[in-house]
Amino acid sequence: MTAHHPSLPPQIEGWFSSRGWSIHPHQRDMLSLSDQPCQLLIAPTGGGKTMAGFLPTLAELADGAHKGLHTLYISPLKALAADIKRNLTGPIEEMGLPIRVEDRTGDTPASRKKRQRADPPHILLTTPESLALLTSYEDAQRTFAGLQRVIVDEIHALSESKRGDQLMLALSRLSTLAPNLRRVGLSATVEDPQAVAGILAKNPDPCAILQADPGPDPDIRMLTTETPPPWSGGGGKYAMQAVLDQVKAHKTTLIFHNTRAQAEIFFHHLWLANEDQIPIGIHHGALSREQREKVEDAMIAGQLKAIVCTGSLDLGIDWGDVDLVIQVGAPKNVKRLVQRIGRANHRYNAPSKALIVPANRFEVIECVAALQAVREHTLDGDTDHTGPLDVLCQHILIRACAGPFTADELYAEVRTAGAYADLPRDTFDRCLDFAATGGYALRAYDKWQRLIKRDGVYTLRDPRGTQRVRMNIGTIVDADKMAVRLQKTRGGKPLGEVEEYFASTLRKGDTFLIGGQVVRYEGMREMNVEVSKTPYQKPKIATFMGTKFATSTQLSDRILAMFRQDDWPELPQHTRDWLHLQRKVSKLPERDRLLVETFPHDGREHLCAYGFAGKNAQQTLGLLLTQRMEEQGLNPMGFVCTDYATLIWGLDQVSDIPPLFSRENLLATMESWLADNAVMKRTFKGSAIIAGLVDRAMPGAKRKTGRQATFSTDILYDTLRKYDPGHIMLDITRQEAMRGLVDFGRIEQMLDRIGDRIDHAPLTRVTPLAAPLFLEPGRIPIQGLANERLLDDEAERLMTTAGLEFGPRVPS
Amino acid sequence: MNGLSFSFHDAALVARPSGALFWPAERALVVSDLHFGKVERMARRGGPMLPPYELTETLDRLLADIAQTDPRIVICLGDSFDDLAAARATGEAVAERLAPAMAGRRWIWIEGNHDPGPVGLGGEHLAELTLANLTFRHIAEGGETGEISGHYHPKARVILRGRAITRRCLLIDAHRMILPAYGTYTGGLFCHQPELANLMQPDATAILLGARPVALPMPR
Repeated sequence: MTAHHPSLPPQIEGWFSSRGWSIHPHQRDMLSLSDQPCQLLIAPTGGGKTMAGFLPTLAELADGAHKGLHTLYISPLKALAADIKRNLTGPIEEMGLPIRVEDRTGDTPASRKKRQRADPPHILLTTPESLALLTSYEDAQRTFAGLQRVIVDEIHALSESKRGDQLMLALSRLSTLAPNLRRVGLSATVEDPQAVAGILAKNPDPCAILQADPGPDPDIRMLTTETPPPWSGGGGKYAMQAVLDQVKAHKTTLIFHNTRAQAEIFFHHLWLANEDQIPIGIHHGALSREQREKVEDAMIAGQLKAIVCTGSLDLGIDWGDVDLVIQVGAPKNVKRLVQRIGRANHRYNAPSKALIVPANRFEVIECVAALQAVREHTLDGDTDHTGPLDVLCQHILIRACAGPFTADELYAEVRTAGAYADLPRDTFDRCLDFAATGGYALRAYDKWQRLIKRDGVYTLRDPRGTQRVRMNIGTIVDADKMAVRLQKTRGGKPLGEVEEYFASTLRKGDTFLIGGQVVRYEGMREMNVEVSKTPYQKPKIATFMGTKFATSTQLSDRILAMFRQDDWPELPQHTRDWLHLQRKVSKLPERDRLLVETFPHDGREHLCAYGFAGKNAQQTLGLLLTQRMEEQGLNPMGFVCTDYATLIWGLDQVSDIPPLFSRENLLATMESWLADNAVMKRTFKGSAIIAGLVDRAMPGAKRKTGRQATFSTDILYDTLRKYDPGHIMLDITRQEAMRGLVDFGRIEQMLDRIGDRIDHAPLTRVTPLAAPLFLEPGRIPIQGLANERLLDDEAERLMTTAGLEFGPRVPS
Repeated sequence: MNGLSFSFHDAALVARPSGALFWPAERALVVSDLHFGKVERMARRGGPMLPPYELTETLDRLLADIAQTDPRIVICLGDSFDDLAAARATGEAVAERLAPAMAGRRWIWIEGNHDPGPVGLGGEHLAELTLANLTFRHIAEGGETGEISGHYHPKARVILRGRAITRRCLLIDAHRMILPAYGTYTGGLFCHQPELANLMQPDATAILLGARPVALPMPR
């Protein structure tokens, strides 16, 4: 039965009742609170979230009185915008409402985009980047005049990323252009709704938080197999048959992996084991759009029994009848696990069914800890999010494209975005100075400043600059990628992309996996990687990077808590025995202490530190410790790490452990190490592109023939460090690296946790807990052979082979 | 400093780590594509405002090369300035630092496609120069032998045990030599790309720059 709601027009009421549908309580709540300046709806997938967001808009537009843009809908995915357009247009037509809905993304034709600015639809569906672009036009004021509502979908995914920061800055601009603008956020389940609300609302406006009924608890278990999981590694190959059996027993299964490479390998093996020819597809971000769309269409048409996928399927496109989600590899993060599980049973009020497949023995423990967390409804807390400055620099340039502004106005406007609410004025002024003059100690650009300040008003010096700013909009910075194409097909059928670095390591005849098939590298043509089909060879694995997640603090803590138990009846016997053995020969790590084992093995001395700080931080710890050991003449030779521990090997035994882990020593090493480091250079490149210091390389743009105009940003980084060490871009780079790849924050958390309680366990042999680390891939040699030495050897070999001769090296 | 000695058209030459070429018999120092004023030109056109230290950095290296080789003649192989406006804008700063080094030496500015005219800094301005049996010009011409040019900013990439190393390089075959760009902010063209691969003979050699320059068969 439809409950009557006073503000719901008869066409809409009629539409619901004619279908025998009732309006969900949270949809009604959204209606009655729709005059609030800000609303956040938290609802599980399938809870009619989108309709809840749009109902007030439909109601307000039903009488046809509103002219121009009324509601802006923002989604993180282009595909989602198109999906919503379909799902919205149907009901609007059936209700007979006088409402025009259009989408606008990177794929929209230019003619329609231009028309949309002059004559916008009532409802415009777009992405953060397309919105930022819209606000950069001089006619933005006219386009957005009269705008009433903005709906931000999947805000939980946006709120932790730079795309979200860019979006919120764009909204700060829209709230100035359309002062009556009301904001609506739609979110999956999150630990701290208040934090998301703080990011969504116009600071200091309040935000109403609505919680939909979360539905029944998910039915989630660990997949048990006859063969125990291996001691190390990822991928879950051992569970192939069990996974296939599950796929057969269900209608449609999503099989999630943490990285693209693992998804590729798993898919490959699944296909080899798939004797019944069950239709199974693969979907991840490195596949070509054509490939992905093919899989998506087959999925919608119900032609696939299973899809092997990565985070590219995390966001809420409706795939219909998924009745099982399998997560291969420990989920690393409880929130992501819960959101993934939500993909199963897209019907409201039906429990989602999910299975977790631990990839190795340690992950068994991690999976059990994650299951406990899901049962107890504790998600991972959001970390404090302060707005990144590179995004702010870009925003300042976008603002300048739209017309003149004053620093005071813009500063006040920027601070209405929650993540920038505490932005100090002098930091803002430095960013503005960077955008205007480059911000260099050497005032070189007085004549050619990008922004000119006259009577307190900033304007763009060269109107041609607008085009450049617009072409560089966006906060996603990809590694340089190359398209992979099949040779001898018409137009070279695209299979996907690999990183340029990976492509550069290929030699003719090498084989690798992409899109689930093994291909043979044939050569490079016009910046494409050309391959041919070779179905029966064992592949050399593509190392294209998927996102690598570190295990969350919460999961690490839960594991450490489990270690305090006397016994572990909840664990499989093999894992239980393993922990008991560790306790017998050494000890188990504890939360408020740091266990450091040292032991000889295979002619080398080993040191294993169980920091439980997550993969990135453990890696940084490895780099810092080995550098320190190098200085002390302890001859470290290499290290390897997991989310839990770092294992270092070298020639000499370390006897005095505590000073290695002193905060002062680590920080001091950090300072000198950070400066000249590949991580910093990579981070610098990303921030330099976002902040507008260098231009984004245009994908698909024809490379300039003859002399190349671009050069490595490494040179800029080195030059700045040498001549202008106080420059804001270096500060930004440092901040970004510390919270990104370096993850020093987690090291500091660990130091806070352990204080001076370091337990050194000198042992005579490898311990059970350290053993899997010896099998872990990704060993990092300590400055192995210098490049010069490698080059010399190679040169000699090649020159001899080629029969070429050169004069002897002389001092010049 | 370690240079790499080699012979080209009967001349004994040295490739220096900086990318300069030294000819001891003539005491000639050759540098190509300095691109002074590049950042100024980019900013002027509404492009990025890069760290404005490239002039200082390039001049530091050039003066160091001059101090170490004490040449009788310095040949700048064209594109010394990023354009003529950049030459006017940065000329004074360059002149101030170069004047002491130019004194008592023959200094040749070869014209490039970026700076096709006198740059008002003293020295001689030439379209090309022949010294003994070698010819110096900005852009390689077909059919010439004993020609040394610049323009293309060659660089090479080699894969060594899975590690890709990219370096600026000199390209040398029986007829011609192409020098790398000397300027600090200068991109490069990979020698495996058609413009360079077609220009050089099949048996061409690449000298990769580094602390110690290294000769390899030109990567294709």
